[in-house]
Amino acid sequence: MAEFIRMTALSPTMDEGTVQKWNVGVNDTISTGDVICEVETDKANMDYEAEDEGVLLEILVEEGGSARVGDPIAIIGEKGEDISALKQQAKQQSEAESEKQAASAAGQADKAAAGGEAAGEAAAGTGRGQKPAPAQAAPQEAGQPQPVPGAASRETAAGTTGAAATVPPQGTVSGGGKPVTTRERIKISPLANRIAAQNRINIAAVRGSGPGGRIIKRDIEKIILGQTQAGTTAPITGAGGISDMETPVSQKRAVIARRLAQSKFSAPHYYLTVEVLMDELLASRELMGQDDPQGKLALNTFLIKLAAEAIKKHPLVNATWLGDKILTHGSIDIGLAVDHEDGLVVPVVRNCGARGMREIDTDLRALIVKAREGKLSLVDMEGATFTISNLGSFGIDRFTAIINPPGSAILAVGKINKRPWVNRENTIEIKQVCALTLSCDHRVLDGAAGARFLAGLKNIIEQPLRALL
Amino acid sequence: MPEQTTKQLKNYKKDFLSGLLRTMLLIRRFEENASKMYGLKKIGGFLHLYIGEEAVAVGAISAVDLKRDYVFAAYRDHGHAIACGADPNVLMAELYAKIDGCSRGKGGSMHMFDAEKHMMGGNGIVGAHIPVAAGCALKIKYKKEDGVVLCFFGDGAIHQGSFHETLNMASILKLPIVFICENNQYGMGTYYERVSSVHDFSVMGGSYGIPGKQVDGMDVLAVYEAVKEAAERARKERIPGLLEIKTYRYRGHSMSDPAKYRTKEELDSYKKQDPILILKEELTAGGLLDDKTYKQWDDACKKQVKNAVDFAEQSKEPPLETLYEDVLIE
Amino acid sequence: MPKITFREALRQAMDEEMARDEDVILLGEEVALYNGAYKVSKGLYEKYGESRVIDTPITEEGFTGIGIGAAVAGLRPIVEWMTLNFSIQALDQVINNAAKMLYMSGGQLSVPIVFRGPNGPAEYLSSQHSQALQTIYTHIPGLKVVSPATPYDAKGLLKSAIRDNNPVVFMEAEMMYSWEGEVPEGEYLIPLGKADVKRQGKDVSVVTYAKPLRVVQEAARRLAGQGIELEIIDLRTLRPLDTQTVFASVQKTNRCVVVDEAWPVCGMASYVGYLVAHHCFDDLDAPVETVTGEDVPMPYNHTLELAVQPSVEKVINAVKKVMYL
Repeated sequence: MAEFIRMTALSPTMDEGTVQKWNVGVNDTISTGDVICEVETDKANMDYEAEDEGVLLEILVEEGGSARVGDPIAIIGEKGEDISALKQQAKQQSEAESEKQAASAAGQADKAAAGGEAAGEAAAGTGRGQKPAPAQAAPQEAGQPQPVPGAASRETAAGTTGAAATVPPQGTVSGGGKPVTTRERIKISPLANRIAAQNRINIAAVRGSGPGGRIIKRDIEKIILGQTQAGTTAPITGAGGISDMETPVSQKRAVIARRLAQSKFSAPHYYLTVEVLMDELLASRELMGQDDPQGKLALNTFLIKLAAEAIKKHPLVNATWLGDKILTHGSIDIGLAVDHEDGLVVPVVRNCGARGMREIDTDLRALIVKAREGKLSLVDMEGATFTISNLGSFGIDRFTAIINPPGSAILAVGKINKRPWVNRENTIEIKQVCALTLSCDHRVLDGAAGARFLAGLKNIIEQPLRALL
Repeated sequence: MPEQTTKQLKNYKKDFLSGLLRTMLLIRRFEENASKMYGLKKIGGFLHLYIGEEAVAVGAISAVDLKRDYVFAAYRDHGHAIACGADPNVLMAELYAKIDGCSRGKGGSMHMFDAEKHMMGGNGIVGAHIPVAAGCALKIKYKKEDGVVLCFFGDGAIHQGSFHETLNMASILKLPIVFICENNQYGMGTYYERVSSVHDFSVMGGSYGIPGKQVDGMDVLAVYEAVKEAAERARKERIPGLLEIKTYRYRGHSMSDPAKYRTKEELDSYKKQDPILILKEELTAGGLLDDKTYKQWDDACKKQVKNAVDFAEQSKEPPLETLYEDVLIE
Repeated sequence: MPKITFREALRQAMDEEMARDEDVILLGEEVALYNGAYKVSKGLYEKYGESRVIDTPITEEGFTGIGIGAAVAGLRPIVEWMTLNFSIQALDQVINNAAKMLYMSGGQLSVPIVFRGPNGPAEYLSSQHSQALQTIYTHIPGLKVVSPATPYDAKGLLKSAIRDNNPVVFMEAEMMYSWEGEVPEGEYLIPLGKADVKRQGKDVSVVTYAKPLRVVQEAARRLAGQGIELEIIDLRTLRPLDTQTVFASVQKTNRCVVVDEAWPVCGMASYVGYLVAHHCFDDLDAPVETVTGEDVPMPYNHTLELAVQPSVEKVINAVKKVMYL
């Protein structure tokens, strides 16, 4: 029986590989263990060893071509077998794939980040109440759970949230036709499936050691162990008796690293700073707090709401770069960076433009509690169209932040310092001054656009009633 | 008219005699209405009517004291339940499968129970209740009570293994029980002589040392006397008894039985021996009853049954949760 | 703590309950003068007399029905079946009368009765005398079904069964009567409907009851030597079934093997297997494995007879299967 040879995960973090060189040709006999091709992965060039025996009947991905983990790269079988059905399957699948890729964010420097992440972002983009763009990819995406922006292990568009052992089809043709499944069913025990989902492991890339290729707990555990490296945290004693320390990178840290690296290295950042007089705001906050049985609203609540008001006047700040278009979001969903021992998390307060500070405050407090307890869900953290990062409490006067996708801007809030200030009358007063630094994605926001927004925000903060203009 | 009975009429209190007649009438009217309601689809499943056999239950049960004695019947049990004094309302409601039925709608026609009146139920499996009845007698003996158990079953049951096993043990254990075979001559559609090696059932106790007697079941006083005799012997001497009470059912075995296995002539001849009419005539002849009074009693019975039907109609369906009640005692 | 046999544990239970409540009586074949076919009722006739310990003729349907009648009337009888094989003749009484009296009478009449006797294969007894019939009784609503595997469990459960106001089918085993175990001297009861974790372990949940318990325990000993730790759950009561204990164990170990002496078709093993597969679906790393009797009537030849029954090897193989070893 002819079957596909598929791109396999030659490293645990590999999403996609590029075939560098084929060592066998059509009609060559392959034995298990033969290095049939060389593949460039996110890490290095790797030898691809055959798992099966047979005759190579067709090469589907030529040298220089890429395939995502799990995609067919060749067909193996018995000499002379009819493989037209398989070829057709592969063709349809790859057509759907390339449409999907076109719809996703272009300009990716890192090939390894292609595929899953791009598709994920496209999904994040298309799923936000707007019409999906290219017909092929979107319905498939829309049917899946919203990925966390930049989520590392959403390797395949198939999305492994552990609900089903069956991986939804890659090359699904939509738009009225019946879906054509090109992927075989993955056999996996319910337990292994659950553990894989919890650890964001792509089961399509796992080779199961159970009967019939069933993926079992042991297989997933091996991967987790592999991902956390050799697991040595033992200090390596150096010559002078001072030890180095190796800490395995956790899934979470790996995700943060990947996301932010990707953001920084793909979005051209520039930075704008203003110094804002906070006296009015702080006074209002105190006053309001006195009447309020629940006490003062959080300062971040004010910042979130005022930023939302400013965004209303400058909607381009609430947009996402999609490569061939810019998606301006209807809802203003503002993320607030929260420090957590395990790593930074950014819970999102929804629809800040339409809701009052009381509601925002309640949501924010609840999210922060969840963040502290490590209980934030994917849904809590995805889709921030604008982000605020406040390091004032750490004593930082001013800083520049990295944009949190899918947003195009992030506001860095510094410490409120008492400063001497020259007022209108040209005399010096002591004022409470806060440095706000806005990082902008120049693909979406030109300097003037960013400047107008930040100036507008400063005005609203200094005289909140201006928001009503 | 059996001479025996005419002589004996003097030995009975008037109230007692009228009680017999009125109870038989009540059973008759109840069964007729049940049949009618079945035809109107108010009652479903099994309905085994006692019409024509009333003298057996009434005569037998009036010979015992339900405060200390017990009654076990088979599936043709409406007459026994009424003769035990069960409330027709509650019986009709049970036929209607309502929550106010004696078994809360969970039993139906074949499972009439009134524990307080020691009516220990009907039973749907032929002969299955016979050992159970003996077990109740075992309790009486064990507890040194002075009760007696009447166990009613039909000509179809007397060949069941359970009958023979029970009679053997009742004899060994000396249980205070009277086994009453109501021989209405047809085990469903089969004439009893065709399937019985011995046609006189009263001798079947002989294999077990149990005295037996044949009784005319259309004569309520004959039934009364026979059961009284056997019951007292069982009660005092702990000797079980077997009575074969010959009777006849005017309707088919159940509602789905057209009863083609007997001739109209046969049926008519037995209708002439209607136990109710027989007693009515005896009482009238003895000056204890007139037509007017009889009609009053009959009307009262009809009314009582109509009330029962109304009660059943108005009673509620069992709520769904009751499905899980009374499976086990928690 | 004294060590007594399973047989003695049962005898003590009956003795104590008969002493405690004079409504408790015992009837069955050979229970009185013969002191019991398996000597379980030894001495009871001498102590309680012929009105309370009653020898019956060989009439299972009849005396079972009489027992039910006595229960309906207010006594608390124990009906001994010489073996559960013979209870088949009394099935009508158990299923149509005992199990249904409470329901059919709308709660008016209850049946506080215990049917007890040896169940399952002994040795060399061939097909009619070797049947494990728990499946049939466990199937019936209105009954409780108990099947202990140790003297301690046997005594505590039989006492509880006698005090239970429902009909209880209490299953023993000829081969277990001589098993010894520690039983406290004072009064104690074990509630019906509670399973017992006979051995804790992290690797596989093995669910069993009755005679196969020893086989499973031996398998556990051998596997421990290979670093595999079994958790053994002794169901003790089959109806009502203590599913919580089973589920909690499977959630911990992620693997389940059910061992049941009876035939495989529609048996306890398949029912427990279904429950585990259904309720612990996301916790299972492998399908549930069952080890049951072979689907054949029991042969006379002893080697064949042993091949029919659950064995240490069969249990070990099932464990290894769910561990992918």
